[in-house]
Amino acid sequence: MAKTLAEKVWDAHVVRKGDGEGANAQPDLLYIDLHLVHEVTSPQAFEGLRLAGRRLRRPDLTIATEDHNTPTLDIDKPIADLTSRTQIQTLRNNCEEFGVRLHSLGDAEQGIVHVVGPQLGLTQPGMTVVCGDSHTSTHGAFGALAMGIGTSEVEHVMATQTLSLKPFKTMAINVEGTLRPGVSAKDIILAVIAKIGTGGGQGYVLEYRGSAIRALSMEARMTICNMSIEAGARAGLVAPDQTTYDYMYGRPHAPQGAEWDAAVEYWNTLRSEDDATFDVEVDLDADTLEPFVTWGTNPGQGVSLSSNVPSPEDFGDENAKAAAERALQYMGLEAGTPMKEIRVDTVFLGSCTNSRMEDLRAAADIIRGRIKDPKIRMLVVPGSARVRLEAEAEGLDKVFKDFGAEWRFAGCSMCLGMNPDQLEPGERCASTSNRNFEGRQGKGGRTHLVSPVVAAATAVRGTLSSPSDLDPAPESAAVRIDAA
Amino acid sequence: MEKFSTHTGIGVPLRQSNVDTDQIIPAVYLKRITRTGFEDALFAAWRKDPAFILNQEPFNAGSVLVAGPDFGTGSSREHAVWALKDYGFKAVLSSRFADIFRGNSGKQGLLAAEVAQDDIELIWKVLENAPGTEVTVDLVSKTVMCGNVVAPFEIDDYTRWRLLEGLDDIGLTLQHEEDITAYEATRPAFKPKTLPARLS
Repeated sequence: MAKTLAEKVWDAHVVRKGDGEGANAQPDLLYIDLHLVHEVTSPQAFEGLRLAGRRLRRPDLTIATEDHNTPTLDIDKPIADLTSRTQIQTLRNNCEEFGVRLHSLGDAEQGIVHVVGPQLGLTQPGMTVVCGDSHTSTHGAFGALAMGIGTSEVEHVMATQTLSLKPFKTMAINVEGTLRPGVSAKDIILAVIAKIGTGGGQGYVLEYRGSAIRALSMEARMTICNMSIEAGARAGLVAPDQTTYDYMYGRPHAPQGAEWDAAVEYWNTLRSEDDATFDVEVDLDADTLEPFVTWGTNPGQGVSLSSNVPSPEDFGDENAKAAAERALQYMGLEAGTPMKEIRVDTVFLGSCTNSRMEDLRAAADIIRGRIKDPKIRMLVVPGSARVRLEAEAEGLDKVFKDFGAEWRFAGCSMCLGMNPDQLEPGERCASTSNRNFEGRQGKGGRTHLVSPVVAAATAVRGTLSSPSDLDPAPESAAVRIDAA
Repeated sequence: MEKFSTHTGIGVPLRQSNVDTDQIIPAVYLKRITRTGFEDALFAAWRKDPAFILNQEPFNAGSVLVAGPDFGTGSSREHAVWALKDYGFKAVLSSRFADIFRGNSGKQGLLAAEVAQDDIELIWKVLENAPGTEVTVDLVSKTVMCGNVVAPFEIDDYTRWRLLEGLDDIGLTLQHEEDITAYEATRPAFKPKTLPARLS
């Protein structure tokens, strides 16, 4: 039978076929090519290995970094929060004991685990990639089968370099057409999630296809695959192509010489066959897509930025209606309010969804020569120390600082508010991150998920805004001040 | 892992969909490096509200959580399962579970039983009309019973078998270590290794 891309990658990693049907039917045992580790979901797994007297099977297929629980200020000083400091120190001790490569705070390769892997060239087409983090789906942008796992599975991979995995179903997300200016990958994925719902992808591996996806850069594809989990999917991927190879070529861990040629030959086979069938197909029109924004407390509660806050009455399903009522109350919003009239307090540019060079460049292009709304606090947190260095080499840090934004060190930061970067109760945030759950960015905080350019435009106007809402950029900030 | 065959305990109706793992346990509790002691962290934000179901007797002594669809969405944090277990929950019933949460539950001996939403609604009514009613979850017959409601539930065969036998996953896999070694010998040379480290 003609296979889809995900099925091909799966089949290439079967160590042991499952025992088929029956009461104790065992699922397929799959080999894991790359295991990414960070401080939050690993300590209990390392401890499990120690207690059982087990070794870590493949340190050479494992890499660790510090990201979730690290400060983005004063990184040269000891971490102030004692529990956080202990957790980081525990990762350092564990990596030392088990021989795992670690990029610590202060290291040029430190950063959000899903930014670091691709940046080093460790994420490659056709691989299986896992991490104790749900946004591992990011790596699917390379045509890898990449899945978030829990701590028990982290321990399982450490001990065996394999995972027993239940079979999946396949879903094609076909995005055809051309994005309009000001519309980006983030808007595509927010629209997909709004369409299929937070549970729509449960049990599925999504493959993003179509002319609009092919036209996207690798970093944009990562943004889309990153949020597959917000639709409940097991994974999301894009078939590799020349864009993928161009991104990878020359990266530290990309194959070299004859191995590069052998790899490309294999990678070229990694596409769904023309006559392969998907269990479900979903279509999205890129031509008509507008900037998207969430209004509620799950990533499926999103609308076009040009529309209004929906009413619970708009939802037929009783559960959805109740969820909408609760969300509006939590978010402090009135049904019918134009989204663009919603005033925000904070803008967060960062997270594994949108903290790469292109994201920073896109936001910088919007704010360059413009003035920040004085009431807005804006945090810019590069995805990795390497991204921060590259951005500084291009002068982007100066653009952000001149605008009045805070230029921070790399990490997960305000996406999940484990470190001191948090919202105050009631504070409203336009965030380029991936989750608008209650309290996600700080207890009582209110999150609207947006793209980097919408975040930037919002920082200028103070209300949720798209770049097209801005006055033409003045020649320089000084002109603007004189005019005012 | 302890064997699980059947459990009977007070049912807790949680009439809410999309209960994400950030609600089950907020990120601030994820700084700990232990695997136990998370009972105080369970639903930490919601428990500050006196009207929250777990702040009411007899629901505070519940051990079977009966939740709306899409339970356990979001973050992969297994701490969510640890917190539910540490509080005393043995089973969660929902019409839809997020995949990672369902997997984590199976590893930790927390039964994630998929019950049709119509049956969940019936169970909610029983629990709300007669607080303290016990729910029985029978893994052998894949049946849930509450008052006069008897409903089937779904769970994949492999997880069910492991729960019934109380089997350690890693031990099971290591029985096939020869297969793993044999597979490793076939991996192409171009696949990347993290060691020795190559830097930009």
